Amino acid sequence: MVMSIAHRATGIANYAGSALLVLWLAAAAWGQEPLNVVNAIYGSWFGQLVLFLYSWSLIHHMLGGLKHFVWDFAEMMEPGQREMLSWATLVGSVVLTLLVWTIFVWVR
Amino acid sequence: MAELILSKADRPAKGKTWPKPASAKRLREYHIYRYDPDQNANPRIDTYFVDLDDCGPMILDGLLWIKNKVDPTLTLRRSCREGICGSCSMNINGLNTLACTKGMDDSTGPIKIYPLPHMPVVKDLVPDLSNFYAQHRAIEPWLKTTSPTPKTEWLQSVPERAKLDGLYECILCACCSTSCPSYWWNGEKYLGPAALLQAYRWLIDSRDETQSERLDDLEDPFKLYRCHTIMNCAKVCPKGLNPAKAIAEIKKMMVERKAA
Repeated sequence: MVMSIAHRATGIANYAGSALLVLWLAAAAWGQEPLNVVNAIYGSWFGQLVLFLYSWSLIHHMLGGLKHFVWDFAEMMEPGQREMLSWATLVGSVVLTLLVWTIFVWVR
Repeated sequence: MAELILSKADRPAKGKTWPKPASAKRLREYHIYRYDPDQNANPRIDTYFVDLDDCGPMILDGLLWIKNKVDPTLTLRRSCREGICGSCSMNINGLNTLACTKGMDDSTGPIKIYPLPHMPVVKDLVPDLSNFYAQHRAIEPWLKTTSPTPKTEWLQSVPERAKLDGLYECILCACCSTSCPSYWWNGEKYLGPAALLQAYRWLIDSRDETQSERLDDLEDPFKLYRCHTIMNCAKVCPKGLNPAKAIAEIKKMMVERKAA
């Protein structure tokens, strides 16, 4: 049930995060000045933290979706298997998020 | 609609602490939900002490010891005391299970006992399961055929019979359905894991000739598709069955018949 709640919570967070993405694109379409403002906010430590959590939320929700995709075939539903899938979702989401940030932000 | 908090009148208050049995050496504490519809009062949590040297090892043994020796007004359902009748299902330390097959030594500290969650309470640990039974009735849990009745039994091969394993063992204790958040929020319209497991048991019975009609009955936004694979049902089933998987199989049958 914890993972079901997490899946829903990240789903809701993805709405809010997508609004941040829209704001950024809208600012870029508006002009250089608004884009600079949004870039400054998103580039601050707090902005980066929010974006980091948003990317984790997206990846967690995606992996959760894949888990449900597997379950829709009535596979991996036995005791042990389902806990394993849930842990894979959790650990996988953290690892993938760190990987994405390492490749596209930190060492770029 | 989802109700996250109990109304004030339904919130359990601190109840009575019953005296410890005299000269008992090994005690186990029970915290038990009490509700009497005849008294105009909130439910309460009573504290009891069970003498382990005078009592069997299971949670149910402790409950009956309390009822026999301390407080005869404590109300609960029980019958077979061996996990086959499904009467003594209740919420024990946060998980729905059968009091008769759950050992007191499975946990430490006070044993917290509540009735099955999100059901109307008749008294103490006795929930009203009328809706639950009506849903079982609604899936028509019997063999339905159109061809002439054979002179002997309706025959079934060994592999066909094996498909019913893991399904026929359900004892309708309601642990699964009452552990399911979808069932809590939409229990009137969503059939719930127990009824759906039985629906699947008849859908894949090789002798049943009404599979298509049975699927038609379930093709509904609420009856079947309120299952969101939360998996509480499979986690709590005291018989080790897997209603979540049975429901997934029904959803697959729905897709496959559309593709066919």
